[in-house]
Amino acid sequence: MEFRSVQLDNGLEIVAEVNPSAFSQSLGYFVKTGSRDETPKMAGVSHFLEHMVFKGTDKRSAEDVNQELDDLGSQSNAYTSEEQTVYYMSVLPENQSHALELLSDIMRPALRDDDFETEKQVIIEEIAMYDDQPPYGAVERAMEEFFGDHPLARRVLGTRETVLDLDPESMRAYHQSRYAPNNLTLVAAGAVNFDELVESAKRLTASWLPMDTSRSLQRPKSPQADIEMVHPPATQQYTLQHALGVPSSDSYRYVLRVLASILGDDSGSRLFWSLVDNGLAESAVLFTQEFDDCGLFSIYTTCSPEQHASNWEIIQNILSSGTEKPITDREIELAKNKICSGLILSSERPSNRLFSVGGAWLKRERYETVAEVAANYQRVTRAQLQEAFEKLKSRSTVTVTVRPE
Amino acid sequence: MEQSIFQHTFPNGLVLLGEPMPWLESVAFTLLIRVGTSDEPSDRKGLAGLAFEMMQRGAGELDSHAIVEELDFLGVERSSSVSTFHTSTSMACMASVLEPTLKIAVSILREPHFPDSEMEEARQSSLLELASLEDDPSQKCFTELKKARFGEVYGRISLGTEEGLVAITLDDCKEYWGQHISPSGAVLSVAGNFKWDELRELVERVIGDWNGNSNPHKPNVKAYPSVVHVEHDSQQTHIALAYDAVPYQHPEYYQSRGLVGILSDGMSSRLFSEVREKRGLVYSVSASSHSLHDCGSVMCYAGTTAARAQETLDVTIATINAIRDGIDPQELSRLKSRVRTSLVMDQESSSARSSQIAYDWVYLKRVPTRSEVLSEVDKLTCNSLLEHFNRFPPRSWSMVTIGPEPLELPNGIS
Repeated sequence: MEFRSVQLDNGLEIVAEVNPSAFSQSLGYFVKTGSRDETPKMAGVSHFLEHMVFKGTDKRSAEDVNQELDDLGSQSNAYTSEEQTVYYMSVLPENQSHALELLSDIMRPALRDDDFETEKQVIIEEIAMYDDQPPYGAVERAMEEFFGDHPLARRVLGTRETVLDLDPESMRAYHQSRYAPNNLTLVAAGAVNFDELVESAKRLTASWLPMDTSRSLQRPKSPQADIEMVHPPATQQYTLQHALGVPSSDSYRYVLRVLASILGDDSGSRLFWSLVDNGLAESAVLFTQEFDDCGLFSIYTTCSPEQHASNWEIIQNILSSGTEKPITDREIELAKNKICSGLILSSERPSNRLFSVGGAWLKRERYETVAEVAANYQRVTRAQLQEAFEKLKSRSTVTVTVRPE
Repeated sequence: MEQSIFQHTFPNGLVLLGEPMPWLESVAFTLLIRVGTSDEPSDRKGLAGLAFEMMQRGAGELDSHAIVEELDFLGVERSSSVSTFHTSTSMACMASVLEPTLKIAVSILREPHFPDSEMEEARQSSLLELASLEDDPSQKCFTELKKARFGEVYGRISLGTEEGLVAITLDDCKEYWGQHISPSGAVLSVAGNFKWDELRELVERVIGDWNGNSNPHKPNVKAYPSVVHVEHDSQQTHIALAYDAVPYQHPEYYQSRGLVGILSDGMSSRLFSEVREKRGLVYSVSASSHSLHDCGSVMCYAGTTAARAQETLDVTIATINAIRDGIDPQELSRLKSRVRTSLVMDQESSSARSSQIAYDWVYLKRVPTRSEVLSEVDKLTCNSLLEHFNRFPPRSWSMVTIGPEPLELPNGIS
């Protein structure tokens, strides 16, 4: 396993974890753009653009793109989040140059007007699909309440209204400003021929011009709010609570993740034994999310509406019991084993490594081996965990609950 | 990479299958028992799932808590499921801890405690899981489709029914275990980093002295065409469709699976192109092959806002029927390319292989190698696919819709 990296003259960074004995390779363009880089009026443009990227280029129609992706036998897809838009494909090593050519070409999409209108309908369907699904808008609402006027408040998909209002011209401008080579990273993992990859990338991206692509960073306020929403077709009650966590560059994230696992993993945690194993809740989990300038430490739970009040009290009691029920060494050992074993098991596929390598590079400009990440978890001490646990008592939170009536 | 698949049948009836993948650090296994929802008494729907849940709440030397703790300590990823004919446990772990992991999985089957104190909690969990299905119409349309298409016995779902779950007693669970959980007809498939001889010895030690017989009933699965609408206050209408196809063990299965591939594998597949790309009718549309014993079906899903639901249904069915107008050599070549790649990539996942070889054994009583599968796929031609389509045209349609308004199957569909 070897790490290689290079930066081209146009600013494009290329990073790869080369594993010559892998059966396949995964390639991806990681674009440092997402919903937080949009204006409120353009909410949803990053995600809509991700769809449009597959709709063809000056030399390929949408059909050509789809057919070639399948011709290559690739498993390919894309996603958009608050901070990233990622296009990736897994192929056999012999298809590297064709795959890279295709992937690079679609980074310069044609954004044709008629494709734009058809795809808009698909996005409207996607929004409707999520609106109909649990937790029925609670995720978006909780982000809006927690972040207020901070850019992370914006919805990744936008709203039906903002998407309907988008036009191809403004999407072209957004693309031009955000898909500059200095804002993209070409990431590869698996059986990669790195030298060839770099040579091809130089040629394929020679005409790409660097731009100023800064991102506005700010610390969010730490608000306190309790929101109740009603969704009559629901049968269960869904609750999401955010508190402030740490940004993706902060090594304290390892402490919070181990703590979240001990208290709220979906199996074997304190919340699991108090609520899920005994059938009081369908789920009750803690999880963290990290962004460039801040992070979240969150709770999610589902149960019957009748059970909600007493379950919520149990959850709050568990989270504020740091002094009375300190973290034990056994809990720490179990959580670390679980996390580290999961890391190793998932690292066997190059497609999974792609996201770890790419994510670490985008967020921290670092290459992190599986062993290094595992060691970071192992280094977390009982004292750190106990301190973080006790602090939970005084955190300020935004809670959104959705109930049938 | 060369592929070896080993098989050994123990005197108690358990079949051990092994595919060594020494380039991995992990090992994964699937342990499958020949009992499922079709073996439940009709007034105890949910028993297969609830009894299995109770078995996992304490077994051998470990109580409920200790089982979870021990598996976490070993760093085991696990899942379990109950289907119409089978009950299975799948686990993946580092190769060094295969033995203690396998011992726990086996003790759950052989030595469950059935703690009285946990019965109500297990029941509550099951009831809650069943209730949550109501909030997931894209899932529910398939459970309703299964009920409608395969009838009272074979259309059951593992979550059971509220009446069934409420009626089940701890004695029912114990009796079910005594009658049905046995090594006869069981399959243990292992893939990943292990040595076959050592594995066989390990399994001999852990399972060799497990005896017991079960008498599974002889399945008689039939598909019943039907149209069901479930009214639901949602923006989208969820459409689940099924029609007849040949089952997994049929000599022409590759033809049938190939046709599903033309319809639904990849971004250039016909359903994705016609329903989503050209018309923007849906975010999600797909088709897949299903076998229930010797009864095969193709099942399709589309989700779309109510006003466009009838058009989505019509286009979906027209796209399926348009296969009769011919298949383009290019689309077949794309399909073959996708299969080739995915067979190679399967070598990167012990979990994917362990569940596939268990499935192969259940349906075929053998495990085809990659090169066999590849050669079968290479044999597919546009003509052979078309002939298969004409011999086995889509018929016996079932449809379940969940949403504000019912839909109508187009004329000429039966």
